[in-house]
Amino acid sequence: MRIKVNRDKCTGCRLCLQICAIEHFREINPKKAALRIEAKFPDPGKYRPFVCTQCGKCAEVCPEEAISRADSGAYIVDQDRCTNCGVCVPACPVGVVFQHPDHDFVIICNFCMLCTELCNTGAIVKWEKGASLEAKGV
Amino acid sequence: MANGLAGKTLRINLATGDIRRFPTDEALYRRWHGGRGITAKILYDEVPRDADPLGPKNIFIINAGIMSGCFIPAGSKVEFGAVSPLTNGPGDSNMGGHLGPALKFAGYDMVIFEDISPKPVYLFVDNDTVELRDATAYWGLKSLDCEKKLKEDLGEDFEIATIGPAGENGILFSCITHDFGRQAGRTGQGAVMGSKKLKAIAVRGNKSIQVHSLDSLRKQVTEIILRTQKHPNMVPWQKYGTAFFIQWSNANACIPAYNFQTTYYEDIDKIDGDQLVEKCLITHKACFGCWMNCGKYTKAVIPGKPEVHLEGPEYETGSLCGSNLGMKDINHVAYINWLLDNLGMDSMSGGGVIAFAMECFQRGLITEADIEGHTLKWGSVDDVEHFLDMVAYKRGIGDWFAGGSKRAAAKIGRGSEKFAMQAKGQEFSGYDGRWAPGMLLSYMTSDIGAHHNRSWTITVDMAEGRDTVEGRAKIVVYLQHIRPLFDTWCICRLFWGELDITPEEIVESLNHITGWGVSVAEVLRTSEMIWNLNRCHYIERNGGNGRSFDYPPARAWEDKIPSGPGMGKGLSLAQIDQMLDEYYAARGWDGKGNPTRALLEDLGLGYAADRLEKAGFLGDPIPGGIPPVRGEKYKPKAF
Repeated sequence: MRIKVNRDKCTGCRLCLQICAIEHFREINPKKAALRIEAKFPDPGKYRPFVCTQCGKCAEVCPEEAISRADSGAYIVDQDRCTNCGVCVPACPVGVVFQHPDHDFVIICNFCMLCTELCNTGAIVKWEKGASLEAKGV
Repeated sequence: MANGLAGKTLRINLATGDIRRFPTDEALYRRWHGGRGITAKILYDEVPRDADPLGPKNIFIINAGIMSGCFIPAGSKVEFGAVSPLTNGPGDSNMGGHLGPALKFAGYDMVIFEDISPKPVYLFVDNDTVELRDATAYWGLKSLDCEKKLKEDLGEDFEIATIGPAGENGILFSCITHDFGRQAGRTGQGAVMGSKKLKAIAVRGNKSIQVHSLDSLRKQVTEIILRTQKHPNMVPWQKYGTAFFIQWSNANACIPAYNFQTTYYEDIDKIDGDQLVEKCLITHKACFGCWMNCGKYTKAVIPGKPEVHLEGPEYETGSLCGSNLGMKDINHVAYINWLLDNLGMDSMSGGGVIAFAMECFQRGLITEADIEGHTLKWGSVDDVEHFLDMVAYKRGIGDWFAGGSKRAAAKIGRGSEKFAMQAKGQEFSGYDGRWAPGMLLSYMTSDIGAHHNRSWTITVDMAEGRDTVEGRAKIVVYLQHIRPLFDTWCICRLFWGELDITPEEIVESLNHITGWGVSVAEVLRTSEMIWNLNRCHYIERNGGNGRSFDYPPARAWEDKIPSGPGMGKGLSLAQIDQMLDEYYAARGWDGKGNPTRALLEDLGLGYAADRLEKAGFLGDPIPGGIPPVRGEKYKPKAF
């Protein structure tokens, strides 16, 4: 299961960031979300969401073997093993491994999919291999 | 603080550079709810009544409210407050975007600026780092250009608010701009920032906002979002935003055309929502936490001019800078919107001021000799561009219009006061009230000068009878209590009006955030308290009976609507007086429009009654006493 991004549909509302941090940290704080939205204004005037693609680069470079792939396909951070060294942060090709001063481990998407449930425009949608995206309006 | 507050308040003296941090006063929030409530209270208490709004004794406040930034529909607003140079009364204005939430994520609920800086500065906030930084390099830049430059210099993740040349030069309807197109436009808050040499605010934060019951809030708000995603109004809102109303307003004879000379625009098809989406739209744009995305990020393409990017025109700008100026191309409306945004002028008052000047030109009250050899003809975008440059930089008679249409009319004279379409110095919103009496009454009695966000009654007038005025006042009073509550909480009101989320649901969210356990009746009472405090403040500052400030320009009763579906419709002065009489009675004020001691004491404002009495304007006791409940509950239809 993955998240499909349809970048032209993002309106920059950040509801996805809010629900992500609420689900995983029980806090209202979009800076603790495991996805990001890039805003390019005034030119060209576009938003672009970035989400985990499950490429596994973070796990490859982790010196502590603290990141592993779950049955769901998501890469999960073992918070006890993670030393927050940050090697995985620049290794992520889409920039969705995060650090936050409140925590001594990195933040990576675990594919709970709540962001896709609240997205009202179809900018980020739940996608399973082989499934049609037409039903989602993408 | 597990109550929706960030925890700290900043008080900054711009003259000395002193920055003080205080724990946020929870009791103040409990009583005044934040946003416009707290700004009203601080301005009432702290600004001397004889202080020049552009002088050192005025105070400029940024307040992020109690619900902004929280997981709440459209919890995006931030409120600015200062005594208004445009109305000379308590002023406030708010905007969406991301600045308010960012301020709270940085740890601050409110920033209070005192005095005047000796040199241009901007406020830099990066979590615990708070600095006044030299803004010499940014002074003189236009609003949107300044935001771009600050983002380049500081980083893309800073939320920025700026003023433009208009704010720097003391144009009294100057706005504050943020997020490349969100504005706090009304009451000249940008001019106050400029007077204080405060060019911009830049904020970044990564802290959490604690709320009373996150689980309850999450459950409720998730249900609201999923339910309203299927609301039939969601489709036009997402597609057009408020530009949807351009056609609707024209069909229902309330759109302003040619400076409110008529309420029907023959070229409406050239400036409507379809034209905007088809010709100008770049992307839909939402404020923080809003799933309605009414913002339209657009381009204006005009041969011979550079392509420009802007947000809008939404309904107000689309009507006031469209039909009201006789524009016949959506690109021209968008371009004027961009001009006003970048110069840093409110596009509502701006549209009203340009339209007033155009009618003066139409009637020969100003001529080409007055405007540097140019004309000012209906529908000419080039004329508008030149005129706005004169106003923003106060060249020639541009200086007259820099004070808004009321002050310009006082300079021009010769009967022009009749069609300077403003109340208390602030220009009308994009609705003509001659066949919508509740709307006219709303403008007349608004605490900050004409503004539809205090009370919008077009569908009320349509439902209750557009030719009659009886009974309208009580509904206006109710709307003046419920609508400004959203500005008090710093959330957007549109999902209440358009997606049928009930006041009970919103107050439930407020209680999940704050733990206050308040009822709808209680919050309405808080709003009434704010309204009356502002009324007392206005009367004290301006030294006259309230009624003397509440009349509209004479066009409202002297001219009937000359064309379209409203042709021949209009109000008499007797009807306007009847509405005022009913309004004052509904509010518990006396016939002179002054609040009474019985009312003020009932609202816990005995100190305001004392001050009003000292000033000589306390209302006479009402025979039979004040009404036990002020205002009549009403749910206007969306459209």
